[in-house]
This record gives sequence, C-alpha cells and structure tokens, in this order.
Amino acid sequence: MPDKDKERKERDKDKKPAASGAWEKVLLARHVQRPHALDFINGLTKDFMELRGDRHFGDDAALVGGIAKFEDRTVLVLGNQKGRDTKENIYRNFGTARAEGYRKAFRLMQHAAKFKLPVLTFVDTGGAFPGKESEERGIAMALAENIMLMSRLPVPIVSIVTGEGGSGGALAISVADRLLMLENAVYSVASPEGSATILWRDVSQAPAAAEAMKITAPDLLGFGIIDGIVPEPTGGAHTNPNEMMAIAREYLLNNLTDLEDKYTSRGEAGIQSMLEARYQKYRRIGSWQELAEQSPEVGELSDILQANPSL
Amino acid sequence: MEKLFKRIPRVGGESEKERLEGSSEGTIEPQHKAQAESVEKTPEISPEKAKKHEGHTPKFSWSIKPQGDQKAKPARSGKDEIPDGLWIKCAHCKELIYSKEFENNKKVCPKCGFHFRLGAYERVNVILDESSFEEINANLVTGDPLNFTTSTETYQVKSDQTRAKTGLNEAIVTGFGTLEGMPLALAVCDFNYLGGSMGSVYGEKLVRLVEQALERRVPLLAVSASGGARMHEGMFSLMQMAKTTAAFACLGEAGLPFISLLVDPCTGGVIASYASVADVILAEPGALLGFAGPRVIEQVTKQKLPPGFQTSEFFLEHGMVDQVVNRKELRPVIAKLLRLYETVVAQNEAREREVSYAG
Ligand SMILES: [Zn+2]
Repeated sequence: MPDKDKERKERDKDKKPAASGAWEKVLLARHVQRPHALDFINGLTKDFMELRGDRHFGDDAALVGGIAKFEDRTVLVLGNQKGRDTKENIYRNFGTARAEGYRKAFRLMQHAAKFKLPVLTFVDTGGAFPGKESEERGIAMALAENIMLMSRLPVPIVSIVTGEGGSGGALAISVADRLLMLENAVYSVASPEGSATILWRDVSQAPAAAEAMKITAPDLLGFGIIDGIVPEPTGGAHTNPNEMMAIAREYLLNNLTDLEDKYTSRGEAGIQSMLEARYQKYRRIGSWQELAEQSPEVGELSDILQANPSL
Repeated sequence: MEKLFKRIPRVGGESEKERLEGSSEGTIEPQHKAQAESVEKTPEISPEKAKKHEGHTPKFSWSIKPQGDQKAKPARSGKDEIPDGLWIKCAHCKELIYSKEFENNKKVCPKCGFHFRLGAYERVNVILDESSFEEINANLVTGDPLNFTTSTETYQVKSDQTRAKTGLNEAIVTGFGTLEGMPLALAVCDFNYLGGSMGSVYGEKLVRLVEQALERRVPLLAVSASGGARMHEGMFSLMQMAKTTAAFACLGEAGLPFISLLVDPCTGGVIASYASVADVILAEPGALLGFAGPRVIEQVTKQKLPPGFQTSEFFLEHGMVDQVVNRKELRPVIAKLLRLYETVVAQNEAREREVSYAG
C-alpha cells in the first residue's frame, strides 16, 4: 500500500492539492459532489442489503445501514447519508439523524455482534439533528447508548470520516478500533460556524475557528485521536470517485485484516484483547498536568504549563 | 457542543456576569427567552460599583436567580434587591426568604420549591455523610493541547483566571465518601467552572474515579450540570465522551451500580455520553435537560418551543429519567437505592472471585 501511495504521489507531484488550509478542507468536505455513504457502500461492497427502521418509532433516512459482502466476508455497514439536491436533502434531513436513526444503528450493531460481523462505518454529518422531535425521543440517550455499545462491541470496528465529522452525531457511529479520515475530511467538536459563534461571537470568523480548532486529518493524526489518513485523488474525492473507491478499499481492507489477524482469529481471548486495546486507545486521549501538592499562585500556572507541555 | 450553540448574555450583578462570561465560553449556555430579554434592560455596572456592592452582599447571592422556568422573570439585578445579608429575594416567586432558612433548606426556596444551583462542594455536602468525603486527583489541571487562541483570549489565561475565580482546579470534583454509612464513589460537576464543560481533565478524573470504584467495588454516583464538551480542547473534549462512557461500560460489566443525577442545566456532550448510560437516572425538579439548548433548536428549526420543554418533568414524561427527586429527598432516595443494590453487589463480587479462582 505505501508503494501505491508513492506511485500516486509521483504521478501527481506537479498538481496543486485540492485544499490547503483548514477552511478549504471544510468546504471540500461539504462539497455536494463528494462521495456520500451510499456511494462508498455501493462502490466498496457487493450484495448490499439495506436494513431499515429502529423497531420502535420509524426509519431515519439520514443514517443508513445494512449487511453486505466486503472482500469475501459479510460485514455490517453504517453511514450518515446526505443528499445532493434539495429534494433529496429534505428526505435525508441533510444527513443529520434523529434518535430513531441512532437507534437503528444500535440495533444493527447488536446484529453485528450476534453474527460476528465486522462493522464498517462511513461518517459524514454536521451533527445529530437538534430539533424538537429529537429531544422528545431522547437523542442524547440514543447517542450515549451507541457510544457505550461501540466501546464494548465484540467485533472489529473500522470507521472512516469521509466528509464532515460533526460532534456527538459523528462520534455515535465512530467509536472504533481504527478511526480513519479521508485526506480532506474534518472532524470537530462543533462546526466552525458554531465555534466561531461561541468563541469569537461572530459567525463570519468560521475560517479562523476552523484553523484554531485543529480539525483536519493531519492535526488529529498528530494528536493520536485518529489512526490513519486515507489519501484522496489529487483534486479531491469527487474528482475521481473510482480512484477514491480503490484507495478506500485498500485502507479498509488493510485495517480490517490486521484486526482479524491480531484479534478475531484468536478466539475469545483475541476478542478480549481487542476490547482492551480499544479501551486503552480512548483511555489515553487527553492533556493534563498534576500540580504539586502545594497549589502554586495562579499567576505561575501558565509558566508551569508552558514548561511541561503535555502530549 | 453542536454547531449551533450561541453565547447569550445573562442576567445578574457584576460578579454574576463575570462568572458567566467564563462559563458560557465554549459550551452551551442554555437560556430562556425571558432571561435573555431582560438583559437589555439591565444597566451596566461598573467594576467600581460592583466592588462597592460586595461589602454587603451575602455570600450565596450568586445563586439567587431563576433557572429552568421559562415564565420566570429574573431579578433585574440580584444584588440590589437584597436588602441586607439576612434576607434574600427568590427571583422565581419574588418572596423574601430568611437567608438561614434558605441555607438550611439546601438552597431550595421554602416558598415555591425552586431549586437553585449548587457548587460542587455544596453538592457533596448535600449528598454525603458529614465530613466523609475524601477527594482524589484534586490537583489535576488542564493542558492546552490545541495551544488554543482566539483574537481575544488564550485557553491558558482563561484556565488560570477560571481557577482563581472559582477556587476550583477543574469543572469536576471526584472522590469517595459514605451515605448513611454506605460507601459511595462520587463525581460532581460544577457549572461555575467554564459551564461545567468536559475537557481532558474532566474525562481523566472521571475515568480514574471509575477505575478506583472498580478496585474498591463500590457503587458510583455522578451529578452532572454541564453545557457539554469544552470547545477550547477541540476533539480532545469530544473524545472524552467515548473515554468516560467506555469506563462506565466496564463498571457495569463488573456488576457495580451507576446512578446518574442530572441537575440544572445539563445539555450537550455530557448528557449525550456517560450521564445517560446509568442504571438509574434521577433529576432534580425544574432542571433544564436536553441535547441541544432551546435557543439552538428555535434557531435551527424555526419552531417555537412550548413552555416546560426540556425540563426534568419533560424528561420524565418522555421516559428519559427514572424519577424526579426533590433535593431534600435526595439522600433518602440514593440511600434506598444503595441498600437495594447492596446484596447484588456482594453477590457479584463473590461470583467474580469464584471466576478468578477458577481461572
Ligand atoms: Zn421562590
């Protein structure tokens, strides 16, 4: 795989990258022609059988899932689905799912556990839908329950952020053994517009917020928050969907086979060590300092922190 | 933590304002229209004037304001309406309350039952047996993983100021104590510290508490009042949702009960993670609870929210919490739960021991 990456780099070395700054990546990640979850699912798997509904309330078209063949194995796939035009976007609720969408995901992940199917998820959402009906149906609980389920799900989970990774709504389908991002994808605690409104008190500062919040794939790989970056065709994923699928296939397969070799091929003990590794992966994330017993004057804190940059 | 959270100015005296300046940064500051509107009518208080006021302001004045009631018109300026240190005016029902009575009543208005917010240590005292609390990891303070700077501030300076202002090292206080003599691990979130937002230290302290509770085999109670994930730490904050929830999953696997108490206000990343995966979820009356703040919902969907939307009572009605419990009933209710689980915990412990001997 690195060889192929090298080949691609060599071939495209004179071309300008699709996006340089964080804000350009945000725009590219939201590009309407960018491959969406169903494009990846149909492009990467065979015999996709969509499974719909949460068995409680309804079906949410903003979050899709089902079973499919991925390179000779049956897998469970999940993804946030955006639309390409107004009509489709209304049907897909702009890729922002409600509680029933996340409960469908929950049901399907339990299905995966039952039949020992690896889980592949394609993350592309501005966030869970902040509407009246979301609150009435317990969106917070639905997200929380997914996060808990995924943290202990006894099958390998590989997630790719393909476009926008928006906050809790993205996290609730991407607690994974391997969390990958496409080269031009972004993943953030709040959208740049939201961050700008909160911290700059000015929504027009979204580009500055995008930079400051460190939401790009290289930033997050550097922090140890994601596990890998999936390169895109030079002009961006939408300029060459076929090549994008070929690259995504390599990366998904590599990560999945690695998890299978390391863990699931080794029976119950292997699965336990996979869960332990997954726990430790998240356990490590953070940045903190231990103050000396005698609390220093507040003025000195900055100096101490500067002297001991964590991570 | 969603894209949509907007900073909204709040009502109150100068120190109140300062406090909230801090708390609303980077998190959801759930607000109701009535409060937001009356802000415009609130005269600016100069720092000098505010200082002068401090001399005769009762120490608890910070909490004299309504929360979680859409109809309540808050006091224009909390402090001015307090005649002296002995009497305070409930901004919810406007009745005068003798301050001792207010304190004895655990900051619940004796006239109308309105529950005012509590700081973390006040909360510890309300719940645990007297002086039984042993805090752990009190000296953990945040790093600045993003090296975060906006045009007007840095996270480091903000953290230093918040520590000085609140006397807290972080938005969560963790430790062990007893309730009616029964051991309990306790985590209490303090909304005064950057809106109770969850960043790296919050997550780390909580996970360490869970891990110690696992070792000691004691039940855990988490009291959450939080605006969500802390913006200043970006994705580090979002990942604390997974980190903490995973730890609670392990607590559950070990057969140890987890009780979550939601208090005013709890929205965003905390209620969308560990706080909602408890075995028993309780809420205090009238608390604002929800995923997105009400203003955000109104902005995004252009829907007008009905009165009482996203309150504890709304959560109860929609099946999201087990019970709404008055503050004065908290100790007996939690004690009852602990007694109900006591034998279960012991059985699970015996079973675990057998398994480990057999293995
Ligand atoms: Zn009252």
